[in-house]
Amino acid sequence: MSDENQDEIILNDLNDDDLVQQMQDDLYDGMIPEVTEGTQILLNRGWDANTVLNNALVGGMKFVGDDFRDGILFVPEVLQAANAMKGGMGLLRPILAASENKVSTGKVVIGTVKGDIHDIGKNLVAMMLEGAGFEVFNLGINTSWDEFNEAMEKHEPDIIGMSALLTTTMPYMAVVIEEMEKRNMRKDIAIMVGGAPLNQEFADAIKADQYGRDAAISAELAKTIVGINS
Amino acid sequence: MTRTILSSATKEVAIGFDEPFVMIGERINPTGRKLFSKELKEGNYWRVKKEVLKQVEAGAQVLDVNVGVPLADEPKIMSEVIPLIQSLTDAPLCIDSSIIEALESGLAAYKGRPLLNSTTAEEEVMERVLPLVAKYDCAVVAISNDDTGISEDPDVRFEVAKRIVNRASDYGIKPEDVVVDPLVMPVGAINSAGKDVFRLLHRLRNELGVNTTCGASNVAFGLPNRHTVNNAFLPMLSCSGMTSAIVNVLDDGLVPAVRAADVLNGVDPGCSNWISHYRPKPAEGERGRRGGGRRRRG
Repeated sequence: MSDENQDEIILNDLNDDDLVQQMQDDLYDGMIPEVTEGTQILLNRGWDANTVLNNALVGGMKFVGDDFRDGILFVPEVLQAANAMKGGMGLLRPILAASENKVSTGKVVIGTVKGDIHDIGKNLVAMMLEGAGFEVFNLGINTSWDEFNEAMEKHEPDIIGMSALLTTTMPYMAVVIEEMEKRNMRKDIAIMVGGAPLNQEFADAIKADQYGRDAAISAELAKTIVGINS
Repeated sequence: MTRTILSSATKEVAIGFDEPFVMIGERINPTGRKLFSKELKEGNYWRVKKEVLKQVEAGAQVLDVNVGVPLADEPKIMSEVIPLIQSLTDAPLCIDSSIIEALESGLAAYKGRPLLNSTTAEEEVMERVLPLVAKYDCAVVAISNDDTGISEDPDVRFEVAKRIVNRASDYGIKPEDVVVDPLVMPVGAINSAGKDVFRLLHRLRNELGVNTTCGASNVAFGLPNRHTVNNAFLPMLSCSGMTSAIVNVLDDGLVPAVRAADVLNGVDPGCSNWISHYRPKPAEGERGRRGGGRRRRG
């Protein structure tokens, strides 16, 4: 026990730089109360909510995303890290919503397409996108063109993401893309698709802009789309 | 929820319904091992040390200690190996003997809260073992046979187990400190042996609320490819409510099978135990998991 006490870290005693680094470590380790506490401390110290989000939370999720991509972290750990991020976001969201100078990486409307109820992978993508600083509007499962369209009109996203787990439901992505083409929406909104039965060939065939082979790469692709990745 | 707390001087292990399945390493046991028997008799304990380290490394959470050598001074050997083992590992121990004096000398030498192996429902055995359990405030394995032997009827074995639990409570021993061994018969001889134990486990858990253990390898006695039968049997046991077993943790694939069953039974939160054991090792020169950030700056 004495060892643990020795190692105990009082977040409030850390200077700003050390605290941010510690929060990134805690986020990586999925420690919800600690990340929430750190967020509150930075706010108390007068930090702007956007800066807290980008430096501490998004910065930490970057390591999570990289290690997930590299096979070092696994799904339960990513979910736990995402939950820790949510802890901090709970404090930041109301402030960000009320603030004038909202800085977000970009907006994404995402959903599992009509006829398909599988959403674990899609939710993981949504979390990774949030972790990368995107505002994500998650439409859930069984999403029709009308629902996608309504959300795009309302939120004016940079990206629409579609997911399917079944070979029988993935053709619906082409339906959505066709409707977007008809309405000349493609010049403003990039289309990302993903899901277990998909591959690059299918994505090309339905003329999607990007195919995300897994959740980690999807966040990277999305950043490339909005022009903040090399 | 029933929890049986075992401990050494510095570490606690809980056997329980919502806990990971506890693997009790069986290899500190000279039965059928000529050299090991001879060495124990001569007070040469190097093999004991080796078995301690190998089993803990392989994943045993508790170690069974049996030094039963015919015509040797078993109480003396027990009193010597217990401190030796406790100096090598913080895993709690299961003191295993059919000789009461050896059980008592083991208890006297032990630091912490061991599992005593065992009592049956035989009157004479209960009268001698249960007072020891009460005196040393430890837990005890209760084997569900009595003076009439081992019944093939699982419902009779249930009644026998219940009798031990009741008798134990007369001595002030709580039901959670009685770990019932429902007795696994060889499935090659009694074809319903597996099925009988699964049903019995449900009853022991739901009606009697006790933790359970067994010598699992017995089930495949006389069959080819025994390991595979065992490795399938253990997850089935844990799914039926068994909470520990005395096993050979060095058997190929056994420990992963038990840990996988923990994941599937929902007693490995966040699958973290599974992931920590089976996360691919980083290649030479490559960085592994960053983790441990909490401790880095201590």
